[in-house]
Amino acid sequence: MLEKLNQIQGAALEALDSVADEAALEAWRVTHLGRSSALMEVFSGLGGLSREQRPAVGQKANQVKNALEAALAERSGTLRAASLKRSLEGERLDVTLPGRRIPMGRLHPDSQTMRELYRIFGEMGFQIFRSHEVESDEYNYQLLNFPVGHPARDMQDTYFVEAEGRGDNPIVLRTHTSPGQIHAMRHFVAGNPENPPPVRIVLPGVCYRYEQITNRHETQFEQIEGLAVGPGITFGDLKGTLADFARRMFGQETRTRFRASYFPFTEPSAEFDVECFLCAGKGCTVCKGSGWLEIGGCGMVHPVVLQNGGYDPQRYTGFAFGLGPQRMTMLRHRIEDIRYFYQNDLRFLEQF
Amino acid sequence: MKVPISWLKEFVDIDVPIPELAYQMTLAGLEVEQIHYVGLPMSGTLAQMGASGHARKADAKISGFEWDREKIVVAEVSEVMPHPNADRLVLCKLNDGQQEHIVLTGAPNLFAFKGKGPLPKPLKVAYAMEGAQIYDGHAEGAQLVTLKRAKIRGVESYSMACSEKELGISDEHEGIILFDDDAPLGAALADYIGDAVLEVSILPSFARCASMLGVAREVAAILGKPLRTPEVSVTAEGEPFEAVIEITRPELNPRFVLGLVRGITLRPSPYRVQLRLKLAGMRPINNVVDATNYAMLESGQPLHAFDYDVLAGRAGGTAGKLKIITRTARAGEKLTTLDDVERILDEKTVLVCDAAGALSIAGVMGGLESEISEKTTNILLEGAAWNFINIRKTAQAQNLPSEASYRFSRGVHPAMAERGVYLGLELMRRWAGGVVARGLIDNYPLPPVDPTVEVTPADVKRWLGIELSAAQIAEALVRLEFKVALDGETVRATTPDHRLDIGPGITGVADLVEEVARIYGYDNLPETRMADELPLQVGNPLLDKEERLRDLLVYLGLQEVKNYRLTTPEREARRLRPDTPADDKPYLRLTNPISSDKAVMRHSVLASVLENAEWNARFRARLALFEIGPIFLGSEDPGGLPDEFQRLAIVLCGPRSLPSWQPADTAAMDFYDLKGILDGLFDGLHLPAVRHEPVAHPGFHPGKCARVLAGERQIGVFGELHPLVREGYDWPVAAAGTPILAADLDLDALLEQMPSLYATAPVPEYPPVLEDLALVVNEDLPGERVAELIRQTGGRVVAEVRLFDVYRGEKVGKGRKSLAYSITYQAPDKTLTDRDVAGIRTRILRRLEQELGAVLRS
Repeated sequence: MLEKLNQIQGAALEALDSVADEAALEAWRVTHLGRSSALMEVFSGLGGLSREQRPAVGQKANQVKNALEAALAERSGTLRAASLKRSLEGERLDVTLPGRRIPMGRLHPDSQTMRELYRIFGEMGFQIFRSHEVESDEYNYQLLNFPVGHPARDMQDTYFVEAEGRGDNPIVLRTHTSPGQIHAMRHFVAGNPENPPPVRIVLPGVCYRYEQITNRHETQFEQIEGLAVGPGITFGDLKGTLADFARRMFGQETRTRFRASYFPFTEPSAEFDVECFLCAGKGCTVCKGSGWLEIGGCGMVHPVVLQNGGYDPQRYTGFAFGLGPQRMTMLRHRIEDIRYFYQNDLRFLEQF
Repeated sequence: MKVPISWLKEFVDIDVPIPELAYQMTLAGLEVEQIHYVGLPMSGTLAQMGASGHARKADAKISGFEWDREKIVVAEVSEVMPHPNADRLVLCKLNDGQQEHIVLTGAPNLFAFKGKGPLPKPLKVAYAMEGAQIYDGHAEGAQLVTLKRAKIRGVESYSMACSEKELGISDEHEGIILFDDDAPLGAALADYIGDAVLEVSILPSFARCASMLGVAREVAAILGKPLRTPEVSVTAEGEPFEAVIEITRPELNPRFVLGLVRGITLRPSPYRVQLRLKLAGMRPINNVVDATNYAMLESGQPLHAFDYDVLAGRAGGTAGKLKIITRTARAGEKLTTLDDVERILDEKTVLVCDAAGALSIAGVMGGLESEISEKTTNILLEGAAWNFINIRKTAQAQNLPSEASYRFSRGVHPAMAERGVYLGLELMRRWAGGVVARGLIDNYPLPPVDPTVEVTPADVKRWLGIELSAAQIAEALVRLEFKVALDGETVRATTPDHRLDIGPGITGVADLVEEVARIYGYDNLPETRMADELPLQVGNPLLDKEERLRDLLVYLGLQEVKNYRLTTPEREARRLRPDTPADDKPYLRLTNPISSDKAVMRHSVLASVLENAEWNARFRARLALFEIGPIFLGSEDPGGLPDEFQRLAIVLCGPRSLPSWQPADTAAMDFYDLKGILDGLFDGLHLPAVRHEPVAHPGFHPGKCARVLAGERQIGVFGELHPLVREGYDWPVAAAGTPILAADLDLDALLEQMPSLYATAPVPEYPPVLEDLALVVNEDLPGERVAELIRQTGGRVVAEVRLFDVYRGEKVGKGRKSLAYSITYQAPDKTLTDRDVAGIRTRILRRLEQELGAVLRS
C-alpha cells in the first residue's frame, strides 16, 4: 500500500511537469487531488485496513496529499507569474510620445516679477501702497521739488491730458511712481499730524513717458519705488537695504555699487548698479563689458519733499529708490526687446 | 559734453590712467559715457584697483586708437610735384626729421602748391610710415588698416601724409592736416597732439561742469589735486569805448557785460585751436567765432560777438551813442536770426536790442544783420546772464538747441560774465590780431546771493550714517572751492561764485551733505540695516484679494495679459455693435500723443483683450486670456482728476481641449465653458449669493448674454460676442464659426463682495441618499430658479443639487422642457430614512408645482 502511494505521488508529480496553463492545472488537480483520484481512494479505503496498517498508510497518504498540494500551489504561482508577464509584455507603451496636456494658465511676467519684489521687500517690512496713474503736475512734479519750468523736467518726457483752465497744474500721466510718496506721507500724517509714524512702503505701478517706442524704450512701463522715513534713516541704510535686496533678487554673491547722480526729489542722489550676474562681473555683452548693470535710482528724500509730505525735515530723514521690474525681467531672462511686455504674443508669454 | 583730456590737464595734473579717471568721475556724478582715444596710449583700459580687489572698469564705451610713436610723426613737405601719370595726384618731397621721402597724395589742399618749386615755408604734416596703423580714409566708419608698400600709377608708395579721418580726429577726409608752423619736426605725433576725449553726461545739478574748467575743478576735488585756475589777464591797450546798457527786467537778465576789440583780421584759427574745438564737438568757423566758442567751452560762459560797425551804423553813425536794451519781445515781433530764418516771437522771449530794434534772441541765437561778416573789423563782445527757465522755454519754443542755450538753460552764474568776456577778448587779440579797448561796460543790477550754509558733524551723521569731524567736512568743501569758516562744531560754508545749485536753509544742508558724500566717496559709505522702529504692519488686503483672484484665474487655465492703457475711441468701438451710439463718457485725451493709435486712455479692458485674441488667433487655435487693470473716466468735476476703475476682462475661444494625437474634446467652447470658469472663480472667491440674468448688451449675442449680480450689486456681463461685433475683428479662416466668449467684470465690485473670512462645513459622517428627479417646466423658466427652489425647500438636508440633463421634445410637449437633477440628501446628525426623504421630496415637488408649474416627469 505504501508502495502504491509512492507510485501515486511519482505519477502525479511527473504529470505536473507537463502542465503548461491554468486549465491543464485544474485538470491535473481534479485527476490527482479530486474526489475520485487514486489518492482519495486510498483515503476512503483506510477503513478497510487492519488496525496495524492504518496509521502508517494514513500518515503516508497525508504526506503525499501535502506534497501534491504544495506542488500544485507552486506550479500555480509559476503559471500566474508567467501569464502576468505575458500580458504585461503585450501592454508596452511608447513612453516617448507626448503627454495629454491640460490647458494651463500663467501670470504675465510683470506680475511674476512684481510678486517676487513684493515678497522680498515685504519681508524687510515694506508694505505696498498704490496710487493713481493719472496725476496732477503738482503731485507728479511740483511737490517733488521739480519747480515749474525746471530743467530737471527734461529728464522725464511727459504726456499731458487735455483739460481746461488748470494753468501751471496740468493733468499728466505719471512719469514715475513718486507722486505716491506725497500721497502716502500725507495719508500717514493725517492719522497723527503731531507725531507722524515711520514710513516703510513700496509703491508699484505703471508709469508713462512721452517717448518713441523702440526695443529699449517703452512709453508705458512698470516701476516699483521704495520709501522709508523715520527719525534715524541714513544713506548707509539705503545702501544696506538695496544690497540686501540685490543679494535676494540676483544671487547671494551679488555686489552693488552706488554712483552720485541727480534727482530733484532726493539728495544725496545715486544710481544703483549691481554686479552683472550673468558674467559675475567679468564683462559680457549684456553689461557691455563693464561688469555692472544699472538697476535704478535712489537717494535720501529731499527735505522739501519731506516737508511737502508733512514730515518735518529737522526731525525726520528718509530714503527712496526706484527700480524697473521689466528691466530686471529682461536681464534675468535675456529678453532683447522691451516691446514684448505689452505685445501679449502668447509665443512670448507662454515661456514664463 | 566732449572733454579732451589735454584741455583738462591745463588746469589739473592727472596721474591716474584714463579709465580709472573715468571710473572715479562716474562714481562722483560725472558719468563718462565714452572714451575716444585720439593717439594716446590705450594701455590700462582695465585698471585693477580698489580695496575689494575687484576690477574698476570704466563703464564707458571705448573707441579710437593709439598712434604708433615711432611710425606716426610730424614731418615737413618742402616741395609739391606733379605726378607723372595722374592729374589728381601729387608727389611731395617730405622730411620726417630723419630722412627724405617722396610721398604720394591726392589731397586737394596741396594742389595750390603743385609745381611751384621748393616752398618758401615748408608745410608741416602728419606723416605715417610703412607699417603704421591708421584708419582707412575711404572706408565707411572707422576701420584700421596697416600701411603697405604698393605702386600707384607707376610710382612706389609706402607711407602717407594723413587726413583727420585717418587719425580718428574727425570725419574730415577732403585734405591732409596742415599743422601750425611751430609744429616740432620729427616729434612723435602722439606727443604733439595725442589726446583722449571723454564724453561726459552733465546732470542738471552739475550745470557748473558744462565747461572744461568746471570739469577740471571736479576732477581736482575728486583726485585731491590743486586746481590751476587761469588768471584772466587781458592785454587792453586800446581807447576805452562808450555804450549804455539798459536792462528792463533784471530778474530775467541780472547782468550784461560788453567789451570791444578793434582792428581784427578774420582768418582761420591756428590748427591746434581748431583741433581743440573739433575734439570738443564744435566746428571751427573763423578766429573770432572760434574765440567766442573756445572761451565758452573753457569757462562755461556763452559769448556773442556783434559787428560793432553795424551797431554804430544803426545808432546813426555816432558810436558814442550806442545803447543796448534788453527787454521782452512784443507779441508777434519778428527777428531774422543768423540761420536766415525769420522768427515770430512771443512775449516771454527776451531780446537784446539797440535803439533801432532787436539784435538777437537773448542766450539762444544772434540776429542776421549784426552778425560777423567778412567786412567786420571791430567786435563788440557780449557776455550776459539770463534766467535759466526763461531761456529753456524760448529755446524749446523756437526749437533752437545750441551750445549757448544748453548752458544758459541750466544756469550760468552771473559772475562768469565778466570772466568770459575777458577771456574772449584776449583770445581774439591773440588769434585775430586786434587791439582790446580798455575797460568793460558792465551793468549788474541783480547779483545773486551765494548761500552760506551751516553744516555740522551731526548733520552728516544723520544723513549719511558716518562720523566726520568738522575739520574733515570743511576739508571736503574746500576742495570744491567753498569758503569755509569753522565755529566749534559748525562748518559755515559760502558757495563759490561759479555755481547756482546750492540752496538756502535745510536744502543747503542737504546740498552740502551730498557734496561731502561725493568727495568722501559713495563707495566708502557703510552698508547698514535700518535701526529705526519697524512701522505698524497692516499689509494691503485689497491687493491680497486681487492677487488671490489672479491665482484663481490662472488655476482655471487662463493666461494673463497686460496692455497699453493708451488707445483710440475707434479701436475701442469695435467691441460694440456698429450701430451702437458713440461712447457717451468723454475720453481722457492726450495733448501730445506719441502716435495716432495711442491718443486716449482706455474705457474698456475687454477691448484690449479682444485685440490680443485677434492677434494670437493667428498662432493659437485655443485662447483663454484675462487682464486686470484700470480704465479711465473723465471726472464729473471740470478740470478735476479722472476716475480710475479696476476691471477684469476674459476672452475665450477655440476647442475645449488642447489638440492631441489621441481623441480629445475638440468641440468649440461655448457660453457654458465661460460660465463654468466664472462659477469656479466666484466659488474660489467665496462670493455669496451670485445670480445670473439674461441681459441685452450692445456687444453680445442677444440670446447668449448674462449679467452677474452679487446681492444687488452688478458684477458685470458675459456671453458670446454678437455676430456683428465678431465680424469687426480679423479672425483667421480656421476660426470661422467658433464662438468668441467674453466677460467684462467690475473688479472693484468683485473684491468688495469677496469676504475676508469664510466658514467651512464638517465632512459628513452619515451616509447620503441619492435620487434623480426629472421635472417638466415651461421653456422660458430660468433653470436656476428650479435648483434654487429645491435647495431652499430642502434646507440643510439637501446637500447637492446637480443638473445632469436637459431634454426637449415630443415626450414633454411643445414649449416645455425637462430638467433632470441628481439630488443628494444628507443630514449632518443622523442617517436619513426613506420616510425622511419621501417627506422632503413631497414638500419640494409641491412647491415646484405651485410656484413654478413644474411637473414630475413620469
